[in-house]
Amino acid sequence: MITVALKGLMGRKLRSALTAIAIILGVAMVSGTYILTDTIKGAFNTVFSDVYKHTDAQITGRSAISNNNSGGGVTAPSVPESLLGRVRALPGVATASGGISDQAGLVGHNGKVIARGGAPGLAFSYSPAGQRFNPLTLTSGNWPANAGQIDIDDATAGKDHYRVGQEIGVVARGPEEHFRIVGTVEIAGVSSLGGSTIALFTLPEAQRLFNKENKLDSVSVAAKSGTSPGQLVKEIQPLLPVSAQVRTGKAQAANQSSTTSGFLSTFQAFLLAFGGIALFVGSFVIANTLSITIAQRTRELATLRSLGATRRQVLRSVLLEALVIGTLASVVGLFCGLALAKALNSLLNSLGIDLPAASTVFATRTVIVSLAVGIIVTVLAALRPALRATRVPPIAAVREGAVLPPTRFAKYGTYAAAATVSVAVALMLIGLFVSGLSTGLRLLAIGVGAAALFVGVSMFAPKLVPPLARVLGWPAARFGGAAGSLARRNAIRDPSRTASTASALMIGLTLVTLVGVLAAGLRTRLDNAINTQFLANYALTSTDNFTPIGVASSNALRGVPGVQVVSGVRAGQGKAFGGTINVSGVDGDITKVVAITWKHGNAQTPAQLGDTGAFVDTSYAQALDLHVGSPINVEVPSGQTLHLRLSGIYSPPKGGAPFGDVTVSTALFDSAYQNPQNVFTFINTAGGVTAANTQRLQTALGSFPDAKLQTKAQFAHNQEQGFSTLLNLLYVLLSLSIVISLFGIVNTLVLTVFERTRELGMLRAVGMTRRQVRRMIRYESVITALLGAALAIPLGIILALMVGVAIGYPAVTIPVGTLVVFVIAAVIAGLIAAVFPARRAGRLNVLAALQYE
Amino acid sequence: MPIRHASGTESEPAIAGADLDRAVVQARDLVRRYGEGQTAVEALRGVSLDVERGQLVAVMGPSGSGKSTLMHILAGLDKPTSGTVAIAGTELSGLDDTRLTLLRRDHIGFVFQFFNLLPMLTAEENVVLPLSIAHEDVDQAWLDELLTRTGLQEPRKRRPAQISGGQQQRVAIARALITRPTILFADEPTGNLDSRTGGEILALLRDSTEAYGQTIVMVTHDPRAASIADRILFIADGQISKELTEASQSDVLAVMSTLGA
Repeated sequence: MITVALKGLMGRKLRSALTAIAIILGVAMVSGTYILTDTIKGAFNTVFSDVYKHTDAQITGRSAISNNNSGGGVTAPSVPESLLGRVRALPGVATASGGISDQAGLVGHNGKVIARGGAPGLAFSYSPAGQRFNPLTLTSGNWPANAGQIDIDDATAGKDHYRVGQEIGVVARGPEEHFRIVGTVEIAGVSSLGGSTIALFTLPEAQRLFNKENKLDSVSVAAKSGTSPGQLVKEIQPLLPVSAQVRTGKAQAANQSSTTSGFLSTFQAFLLAFGGIALFVGSFVIANTLSITIAQRTRELATLRSLGATRRQVLRSVLLEALVIGTLASVVGLFCGLALAKALNSLLNSLGIDLPAASTVFATRTVIVSLAVGIIVTVLAALRPALRATRVPPIAAVREGAVLPPTRFAKYGTYAAAATVSVAVALMLIGLFVSGLSTGLRLLAIGVGAAALFVGVSMFAPKLVPPLARVLGWPAARFGGAAGSLARRNAIRDPSRTASTASALMIGLTLVTLVGVLAAGLRTRLDNAINTQFLANYALTSTDNFTPIGVASSNALRGVPGVQVVSGVRAGQGKAFGGTINVSGVDGDITKVVAITWKHGNAQTPAQLGDTGAFVDTSYAQALDLHVGSPINVEVPSGQTLHLRLSGIYSPPKGGAPFGDVTVSTALFDSAYQNPQNVFTFINTAGGVTAANTQRLQTALGSFPDAKLQTKAQFAHNQEQGFSTLLNLLYVLLSLSIVISLFGIVNTLVLTVFERTRELGMLRAVGMTRRQVRRMIRYESVITALLGAALAIPLGIILALMVGVAIGYPAVTIPVGTLVVFVIAAVIAGLIAAVFPARRAGRLNVLAALQYE
Repeated sequence: MPIRHASGTESEPAIAGADLDRAVVQARDLVRRYGEGQTAVEALRGVSLDVERGQLVAVMGPSGSGKSTLMHILAGLDKPTSGTVAIAGTELSGLDDTRLTLLRRDHIGFVFQFFNLLPMLTAEENVVLPLSIAHEDVDQAWLDELLTRTGLQEPRKRRPAQISGGQQQRVAIARALITRPTILFADEPTGNLDSRTGGEILALLRDSTEAYGQTIVMVTHDPRAASIADRILFIADGQISKELTEASQSDVLAVMSTLGA
C-alpha cells in the first residue's frame, strides 16, 4: 500500500506539485521571518557584545522612565565628568574612560539629512585614552584628533559618496556645522546598522556639540587583574549620584539586547502572523486540491478496496501522500525562506524601513518550526479528503463515472456552518470588546475567531455559489457566446468545489478589504483633525515628519521678517498615575495656530500655565477623574517630579490633537528636560502663505537640514505618509496569501481540465475552436475570482466595522475607489490563473481526448 | 439440494443439486430494489443459486436484466434488499465493512470490464498488489507460473499504458488468481476487447478452471461464453429464466433471442 501511495504521487507529479506550492509559499514565509529576525537579532547581539567586549563595568545615567520604544524624550541624564577622576582612583580600577553618545544627523550632498528608514544618526566621542573600550575599527584614515574633524561610518561613506578629506555637514543641537572627514569606521562584522549613520568626534567637541560640557554619557571601566566585574561594580556604586547607575559590561550588553529583542519579538510575531495567514489559505488550497484528486481517483480507490484494502489502509495511504507532499514542500519552503528573507529585507528597505545586516542566521529552531508547521498543516488539511476517500465503496470500481459519496456529516452542513460562524463571531466579539483580557488572549480570540469565521463562511459558500455565479457570470454568458455560457454553467456544476476555490481567495481579499476600509476611516479622521485644528500658515517638522527635533531650528525663525507667531509643541515622556505618558510643552500663543475646543478653560489657558499649570484632554480627565484644580505629579526622565495642577480640559477632535496626555508650558518643559525637542512647530506670517514668506523661512532654515517646512496641505499629506507606508507593507504581506489562493484557482482549473478531457474533446469535435476553449476556461477562472471578491468585500467591511467600533474609530468611510481596484485586481488575478490551464485545455488532441478514460 | 426459485415460474429449470460442502457461493431469495414507493425498481426479484467448487458459471441476459446486480450482490459489493448470500460458508449480511474486506482478501478475486489496473504500477506490481495490500509474502513460483500462463513474462516490467488491452486483462486475471481465491468474479471481462482478444481471455479463464480448479462466476453477454462455461444462467426481469449446462454457442444464441437480447 505504501508503494501504491508513493508511486501514485510519482504518477501524478503535476497534481502533487500544484498541491505543494501552497505549502512551499506558506512555509517560506515562516522560515523567512525567522531567518530575517534572527539575522537582525544576530547583528544587534554582535554589536552589543563587541561594544562591551573590553568593558568590565559601565556607568551611565539612570532614566526615571523606561523607554517604551516610542522614542523621543527618554534620554538618560548625563553624569558629571568629575566622577571619572574618582573612579580612576579606586583600587580595583585599571583604566576608565568617559564618552558621549548622542544623536546627530549627517548631511548628504543634496543638503538633506541622510536618513534611511527613520533610524537615528548616532554620534559618539573618541578619546585615545579610551581606545581599549572602542568597539569601532578604522577602515580608512585616522581617528578624529581635533575640533574640526570627524569620522563617519564606512557604509554611509560608500552609499553617500563621502571620502576622507571631504567636508560634511552635521546637525546636532544647533544649526548645521561642517567637519572635515579624517577617517571611516565600522563595527567589526556588521555591514549595516540599519539606516543609522555614525559620527565620531573628539570628546571635547562632542561635549560642545551636545551641550554636555563637563558631562559624560557613560564611563567605561576596566578592572585590574584579580578584581571581578562584580567586585568592581560594588566598588563604584558608593561614588554614584542617584541619577547614575553602574552595571557590568555583560549586564549592559544584555540590557541593550533585551530592549531590541523586545522590539524584534513584536516584529517577528507580526511577520509570523502573515505566515500563519498564508499557511491557513494554503490549507484551503491543499484540502480542495486533494478533494478533487481523490474524487478523480474514485475508481482507483474502489479497485483497491475490492482487492482487499480496508478503509483504514485507504485513510493511511491518502495521509501518507499528504505527509510526503507536506515534508517535501516544507523542505523546499524552508530554503525558499532564505530567499524570502532577502526579499522581505529589500521590501522593508524600499518602504523606508532599514534593518541592520550581518551574516545570515539559520537557526535549528527555524528548521524545526518550519518543517513541523508545514507538515502538520498539510496533514490536517488532508484529513477531510482522506476521510471522504474511505467512504468510496468497492462497488464504485465497476461503475462508470462514479462520484465521491458525501461524508456522513454532509446533511448537517448548514447547521455546522451556522454553528461555526456563531462561535467565530462570539470569539471575535470577546476578543474585541470584553475588557480585562491580556493582549495575548485578545489576539488569540480574534485570530481563532477570524479563522473560524473563514471556515464557517466557506462552509456556507456552496449554497451561495449558484446564485452568485449566475449574477457574476452574466456578462460572460451575455457577451461571451457559447464559451461564456458554458463557463458560467461549469462554475456552478460542482458548487462546493468552486466554493472552496473561491474561499481561499476570499481570505486574502477579506483581510485586504479590512485593512483598506480601516485605513480609509483613519485617513478621514486624520484629515478631519488637521482641517479642524490647523490654523497656522506653515508647519515645521523633522524631515521624517514624526521624530522630534532640536528646538534650534524653530528658534531660528523667530527673528525672520514677517513672522508673527512661532509656536512649538515639545514632546517627551514622563510617568504619572503609575503609567508612562506623553508630555507636551506649548508656548502661550499656541491657540493662534492650533484651534482648541475647551471644555474647561479658554484661549488664554496655555499662556497662563506658568510653572504649575497643565491641561489634558477629556478622555484622560475622565479616565483618571481629573477636574480643574486636581493635582498631577509627573516624573520626568531626570528623576525630577513636576507638581502640577490641572488648569484646563479640551475636547480633541476625532483623529486626535497634536498634544500628549499632559501638556505644560514650554518654560517648565525646558527646565525639566535635558534636551527639549519639538515634534511640531507652527508658524504664522504676515500675509499668510506667500512665495516671499516661504522663501524667507527657507532661507532662515538653510542651516537646519533636519527640519522641513510645509504648508497645511503638505503637512496633511506628510502626516499620512507614515501611515501609507504601513498600509503598503500590509498590502504586500497579504498579497502572499492572495498569490497562494491564485495557485488554488490554477490547481482547480488544471484538475478540472483533466477531468473534463472527454467533454472538451467532444466540444472540440462539434466545432469549438481552441480559442473558444481557452476563453471558456478563462471565464470560469474570472467567475471564481469574482466569487471570492463577492464573498470577501462584504465580509471585510463587516470586520472593519467591528474592529473600528472596538478601537473607538468606527470606520464610516467605505473607500469605493479602493474596493473597485480590488475587484479589478481579482479579475486580473483570475485571468492570470487561467493562463496555464487554458493552454493545456486548448492543446488537447481531439481524438485522444475523446478516447480518454 | 436442488435450487429453488422463489418466483416459481413454469420454466423453472431442473438444476443438478449441489452438495452443501461443495457450494462455495450460496444465494437465497435475493431481492434488490432501487428507490422507494411508486418509482421503486426491482432489479432482482427473488433469485437463489448455488455455485459449486471448480465450476465456471456464466450469467447472461439482456442489459437491465439484473445480471450485474446479481454479481455485485454475490461478490459482497452490493447488499440485497432481502435474501442471503454466503461465501465459503460465511454469511455476508452480518459482516461489517472491515470483516467484509478481509473476506474479500481471503476468498474473492475480481476481473473487471475496464481492467482497473493502477496506471503507476508495472504489470507485475499490479499482479502482486492484493498480496501487498494484505501484507502477505509473494509465492515466487506461483507468480512465475501465473505470469507464464498469462503470457506476461515478457511485459512484466511494463506499465498498463504500455501494453495492449488484451494484455491488461491478462494482468487483471493474474491479479485475481494470485491469492488463489475461493471464487473469482468476472464482470464482462471481454466487454472492452476486440473479438479475437476476447476469445483469448475466455480461453484463459477456462484454462484456470481446468488447471487450478478455479471457481468462476462470469457476467457476460458474449455468446462465446457458452463455449467455456459449465453452466449458463439466463437472467431476465430480475429472475433466473433458464439454465443450460454444456451448451453450444447456437443454443445460447437461441435462448438469448427468446429473452429479447
